[in-house]
Amino acid sequence: MNSQTPVIQVDGLSRSYRDVAALQDVTFTLQPNVICGLLGRNGAGKTTLMRMLTGQAFPSAGSVRLFGENPVENSAVLQQICFVSEAQRYPDGFQARHILAGAPWFFSNWDAAFADELVGKFRLPLKRDVKKLSRGQQSALGVIVGLASRASITIFDEPYLGLDAVARHTFYDTLLADYAEQPRTIVLSTHLIDEVSNLLEHVLVLDEGRLLLDQSAESLRGSASAVAGRAGDVDSFAEGRQVLHRDTLGGLATVTIAGRLTAADHRAAAAANLEIAPVSFQQLIVDLSTRSAPAPAVASVVHE
Amino acid sequence: MDEGRPIFQQIAERVENDILSGALSEEGQVPSTNEFAMFYRINPATAGKGVNMLVEQGILYKRRGIGMFVVAGARERITARRRELFVLEYIAPMLAEAASLGIAPDQITQLIENQLIERETR
Repeated sequence: MNSQTPVIQVDGLSRSYRDVAALQDVTFTLQPNVICGLLGRNGAGKTTLMRMLTGQAFPSAGSVRLFGENPVENSAVLQQICFVSEAQRYPDGFQARHILAGAPWFFSNWDAAFADELVGKFRLPLKRDVKKLSRGQQSALGVIVGLASRASITIFDEPYLGLDAVARHTFYDTLLADYAEQPRTIVLSTHLIDEVSNLLEHVLVLDEGRLLLDQSAESLRGSASAVAGRAGDVDSFAEGRQVLHRDTLGGLATVTIAGRLTAADHRAAAAANLEIAPVSFQQLIVDLSTRSAPAPAVASVVHE
Repeated sequence: MDEGRPIFQQIAERVENDILSGALSEEGQVPSTNEFAMFYRINPATAGKGVNMLVEQGILYKRRGIGMFVVAGARERITARRRELFVLEYIAPMLAEAASLGIAPDQITQLIENQLIERETR
């Protein structure tokens, strides 16, 4: 896509906790100034990966390079990264204003005026103990820190917990507007896939510690179809194709088929009275990550 | 946005629709990529891809440092291409549906004529 040096370079990354393999041999690179979705089920290894990207955990094997350097205890690199963690804890007695006042020490690009503007937008109380803020207000604080840090790499781990629909859309709109003005690399880990899918340029999907998908959001969209009709007709249409999912209702069946359908496929389906419908981004990722088949085979099919 | 179809294609289609309806005039300026991205809540790179597709098709052109404009004659060009697609996208599916409902060919022509009369008298 472009020939710039990747901002994030992860090579053979593995991490085990006792006998649990949280990440297994994860390899990918991320080009600068891309909004990337990090998706996967609970326990897929997303948070482990983000902690290692930000130098907060050590790999059991493999390496992480940010701007070509190891992030662990590397202040030049860490100043350019912001990690908004869902599990962020602050010392007793800390108020939002203390956190915003201290932020310039951690983030070299911190924009205090922008932070003030966001405090108004999200209606965040500044002079209340952070521990006494609601879950949504704590999330808003994280979102404000993440956006105003203007960090070259900003990583949001489930930034929306407790945020209502209005606040979430404020977050998406502000993120897009600010990204358009000041492009930077954004990694967004979320379960609300349908809400964010249009914001993403790239998608990483983790499943049971392995990287299931690493591709552009655009190539993923429309890369599977749902075919519905009489079970016998559906199954003969699906024969020889990669079926990601199959549902039946009486004599009717619906299958999710990987890969783009050709015009000839559409004609064949119409002739057999089959209905073809697009599969939503979220549904596709759900179908992919509930399969038990080995990951590489799936990824190669969806890659066209 | 409709699922399953590339978003950049849908953006391009919406711009074309606005040119056909006259909402965007020929030689008029169109919103910037970032404005499209924010309006439709999509990634700016995706919006840019849609706009670039229209540039390649000779519907929009770039004026350095100013922005994106509608090519003179763009309406004609879009109309011509959509007329070619009309049979494929509207008539063929209609005939397939008619066949599955058992509507005979002469009935179809009759139904179309009735609709045309109704439109005229409305």
